[in-house]
Amino acid sequence: MTTVTHEAGAPSGAAPPSGPAAPAIVTRGLTKRFRGGQVAVDTLDLSVPRGSVFGFLGPNGSGKTTTIRMLLGLVAPTSGEHALLGLPLAAALPRVGALVEGPAFYPYLSGEANLRRFDAADPTAPAATVRRRVGEALDRVGLTAAAGKRYRNYSLGMRQRLAIAAALLGPRELLVLDEPTNGLDPQGTREVRALVKEIAADGTTVFVSSHLLAEVEQMCTHAAVMRAGKLVAQGTIASLSGGQPVRVRIETPDAAAAVRVLAALGLAGVHIGAVEGGTEVTAELGGHAPERINAALVGADVPVRGLAVVRPSLEDVFVGLTGEGFDVDG
Amino acid sequence: MSTAETEIRRAPEPATIVEAGPSAEGRPAAAPAPVARARWTFWRLLGSELGLTFRRPRNLVMLGVLAAVPVLLGVTLRLMTADDEGGVGGIIAAAAGNSLMLTFASLSFLVTLLMPVAVSVVAGDAVAGEAGAGTLRYLLAAPAGRTRLLAVKYLNAVVYGFAVTAVVALAALVTGLALFPVGPVTLLSGTTVPVAEGLLRILVSVGYVGAGMAALAAVALAFSTFTEVSIGAIAASVVLVVVSQVLRAVPQLDGLAGYLLPTWWNDFDGVLRSPVDTAALGEGLLVFGAYALLFGSVAWARFTGKDITS
Repeated sequence: MTTVTHEAGAPSGAAPPSGPAAPAIVTRGLTKRFRGGQVAVDTLDLSVPRGSVFGFLGPNGSGKTTTIRMLLGLVAPTSGEHALLGLPLAAALPRVGALVEGPAFYPYLSGEANLRRFDAADPTAPAATVRRRVGEALDRVGLTAAAGKRYRNYSLGMRQRLAIAAALLGPRELLVLDEPTNGLDPQGTREVRALVKEIAADGTTVFVSSHLLAEVEQMCTHAAVMRAGKLVAQGTIASLSGGQPVRVRIETPDAAAAVRVLAALGLAGVHIGAVEGGTEVTAELGGHAPERINAALVGADVPVRGLAVVRPSLEDVFVGLTGEGFDVDG
Repeated sequence: MSTAETEIRRAPEPATIVEAGPSAEGRPAAAPAPVARARWTFWRLLGSELGLTFRRPRNLVMLGVLAAVPVLLGVTLRLMTADDEGGVGGIIAAAAGNSLMLTFASLSFLVTLLMPVAVSVVAGDAVAGEAGAGTLRYLLAAPAGRTRLLAVKYLNAVVYGFAVTAVVALAALVTGLALFPVGPVTLLSGTTVPVAEGLLRILVSVGYVGAGMAALAAVALAFSTFTEVSIGAIAASVVLVVVSQVLRAVPQLDGLAGYLLPTWWNDFDGVLRSPVDTAALGEGLLVFGAYALLFGSVAWARFTGKDITS
């Protein structure tokens, strides 16, 4: 397995690795400056390992969709390069299923006819098997019963599922899903997540962009974070949240006393915050056992109303990295 | 970029990289005979495109309207000449005397505006319509290929242009045969040719007018690559036709007429001379070819270099 591009000092101009061992997506210095000078994507170095479920996170307007459009060859980069599956774009695209900025179909055609239309556009798709493949794709997203219905009459959730079916028309090695749960009700969202897990279980790499943190935390093995067109972090979910220390949180009316005890124990990064009906003191847990901290607090007559160990969530990491809140409740 | 930021970006790359799936290796690189295959898939996409065009109610309605006009024209002419007052001249008067002449009369009447409008609608919508609906991004991600898709779109519009011409000719021919006497055709130059030759000359004029519509289709397609609003491309194309028709009617602008596409459409009446005015027809076809080449290149240059942001 080639390790991914980001060994320190890897020259940004080197050609992306090719062949089946290449990462599913590699970008080097990818930049898009739109007319008018607005930089949508700024020297992006992204590496998506094969077989991963890769969350591409960032607030709305941070350059996620522009990046995806460049990856799919819809938008020409101003500078930099990119490769999908280590292949030239035209050879890679038939192996890539994509959902970009919501579903788009011919309203006067049935769901089935729509899928046939997009299948006809793929020069590698065998016409002989189109009926079977369209049937399987519709079955996979649960639209078999609505196959003959005009797209015009589809509900929002059905439209989204049809778009996913279109992305599954052939044998795919990479699935690029841009905000796949946008506009779906909670039931639809669950269905899409289950589908993504199922697809990933078959060995397909899934690259999913989202502004919803919970979504990425639940589905993904890896993630990257965008902020104002720049990549601010990427790695496994574990390594991303591993960057932040585990903290202990004590709820008490006597914050000053608690701070003295924690300092005496040698805990770093002590903070005092207000909570409803009192104050809370937090500190980095370090190697300390929480029960010893509790004993020390009680021994020093600090009134303890609550004590908890707080593991860092992705949310803390991302808020720290992007400097703004995510729409976490979705 | 600050060093600190670089540090974060090169964040710990994980031990947990999942091995590449079996699908990566387990797939034959390419199907045999890729050239034959590529040709085949081109026709498949064109078939899909034609299916969309000729099943779309809007396009069928336009064909229906165009078929109805020669019928109306024929019936009106029949009623007028029943009074036997005369007063109409040229090609229209000739239509009353011979069943085949209604076809030429209908073509010369409809080619000025109504047929170009129908062709503009289909060709102007070709790229802009897909862009506006968002389907263009999925076609290109499929990947349809930009040059390939544009070629399919153009051929589709050309087929529609010939279909429009053929529908007008056929409706006029059937109406003419039903309402007017069948017999040797008297040409504009006064000579008379047998019915079979008259039919052949109709076929030639359908080919010529169809080529004229194909040239217009290239213009509308070029407009279509510049916008995501198909009505804009359609309107631009129709306005161009109307303005050209007005300009060529102004005697002071005589020198300009040769450069205007609509000037050449009516030259199909070269088939009504004896012998057939092949020089005029040839010159017209050359103009159509030049228009198609010029605007086809514009469309190609624009479409292959365009950022698809819809």
